[in-house]
Amino acid sequence: MSSERAVAFNREQAVRIEQQITLQYRFAAGYYATHFFTALRDHAKILGSRDAQGNVMVPPRPVCGLSSLPMNEWVEVGPDGVLAGATIVYVPFIDPMTGVQRPVPYGFGLVRFTGADTSIYHLLDATAPSQIGVGKHVTAVFKPREQRTGSLADIQHFRLLD
Amino acid sequence: MSVVRAAVVAAGQSDHGRRFDVSMAEIAREAIDRCLGSRGLGFSDVDAVVAGNMEMFEGIYLVDQLFVGALGALGKPLYKLNTGGTVGASAALACYHLVASGRHRRVLGVGFQKQSEGSTQSAITTVGDPVWERAVMAGAIGNFAAMASTYIAESGVSMEQAAKVAVKARRNACLNPHAHLKLPDITVEQVLESEMLAYPIHRLDFCPSSDGACAIVVAAEDLAGGLCEHPAWVHAVATAHDQQYMGDSPKRLAVMRSLQAAAKKAYGLAGIEDPRRDFDVAEIYEPASYAELAMCENLGICAMGQGGALIDQGVTLIDGPLPVNPSGGVLSTNPVGATAMIRVAEAAMQVMGEAGEHQIPDVKRALATGYGGNAWTDIMILARERPRPDAQVSA
Repeated sequence: MSSERAVAFNREQAVRIEQQITLQYRFAAGYYATHFFTALRDHAKILGSRDAQGNVMVPPRPVCGLSSLPMNEWVEVGPDGVLAGATIVYVPFIDPMTGVQRPVPYGFGLVRFTGADTSIYHLLDATAPSQIGVGKHVTAVFKPREQRTGSLADIQHFRLLD
Repeated sequence: MSVVRAAVVAAGQSDHGRRFDVSMAEIAREAIDRCLGSRGLGFSDVDAVVAGNMEMFEGIYLVDQLFVGALGALGKPLYKLNTGGTVGASAALACYHLVASGRHRRVLGVGFQKQSEGSTQSAITTVGDPVWERAVMAGAIGNFAAMASTYIAESGVSMEQAAKVAVKARRNACLNPHAHLKLPDITVEQVLESEMLAYPIHRLDFCPSSDGACAIVVAAEDLAGGLCEHPAWVHAVATAHDQQYMGDSPKRLAVMRSLQAAAKKAYGLAGIEDPRRDFDVAEIYEPASYAELAMCENLGICAMGQGGALIDQGVTLIDGPLPVNPSGGVLSTNPVGATAMIRVAEAAMQVMGEAGEHQIPDVKRALATGYGGNAWTDIMILARERPRPDAQVSA
């Protein structure tokens, strides 16, 4: 393409335009998340939604992904669970909720609460690969009541039990 | 209703890499000009355009309006898609459907992305559910590393076996004039000694962030033969989704339900009984070394749990029985909105006999896959032979 250009173009001096855009959002969490986060904030309880076949999903949701049936019941799960996947993250990552870089290394994994058929990602209280592993048992460590705001971050992290 | 048979008749790619010298519109044009130019076509020869792009990477949400001229769509239908990393393949499938339905006869597909223009990791945060997932995300790398841990637990694949995939990709890339990351002298030891990003993923186990674009033309059966000596006929297209949240799939990567479901549908349509025997080449969407091994298992290229043995035996090397990603794959080039279309384009180039230095001899049938979002899949099967007039191609 460069051979067709009408004037000389120095690739090394190509102009780049810098912009920073700050956007503010306010998401309605809805019935399922409101009930879940209220129980988490006020009582440090983890709730899942259950369908007529007994499938339990966390996060709770209107329709079961396994049976396609409505999920009209609530059931308490956890706070213990097992790791369905786990890693130690070394690469710097800006925490999207705070804009601040998380201290590395940190543990990160998929936790399947006892009594649930699905997992959620969360932080692990671990800094070395030898501490983590698929199938290891964990338990939720909740922030103190006065610090809980109704968010998954009300769980500080998961502590390894094994 | 009769279905029109359709073929990919042209493919073009930009030079992929860190492209500070071109705008988004210009990099799309680079691929389009090469694609149309390879057949002596111009914009007037295109009836409709399908564009694929993940808007949040560049933060430009009306690329179809802003780049309508560059995409060759003035006065024509222009359909923009965003289905995540899958989008380039979704756009290719949409091109197929627009032709097969009889709606249009020559459709241009374009996938493009300039990762260098935004913050990739921050943009990926916006993929997550704002209520449930963003508070504890760890970017694409943390996500893939956790998935890889599940795969390792299931399959017993080793770091060395994964590293062999990383080596294969970057050596293959040296034969591809468009590829981003070319490392002719890379070794397994170098992969294992490269920086640990998130256990067990080393820097060289992971794809780069690239700027790039890809374009294809899909034409109806009465035009295809006149546009191209060996059209890449579409024999199967299939799409399947998994559940919505990242922790919903019980054994992510190890058991990829959407890949299995889409492959089952596509293989049934195209009469594939043994993918390792029936395909001559595969271009699959492997953003990490471990992903290629897991995907080969889930695609039936080897038995479940045998991904490590597959690379140890050299089956998927460029001179092996079933070369996987002779282009260098996603591990060598990842401009997200273009990436899955590159899989389709590379598969088509192999069938057309136009893959240059990384051409596999005598390709009759090729597999292309796209992977995106949480865990969903597009598949396209292309072949040298024209499908039967009554063949069902789409499921």
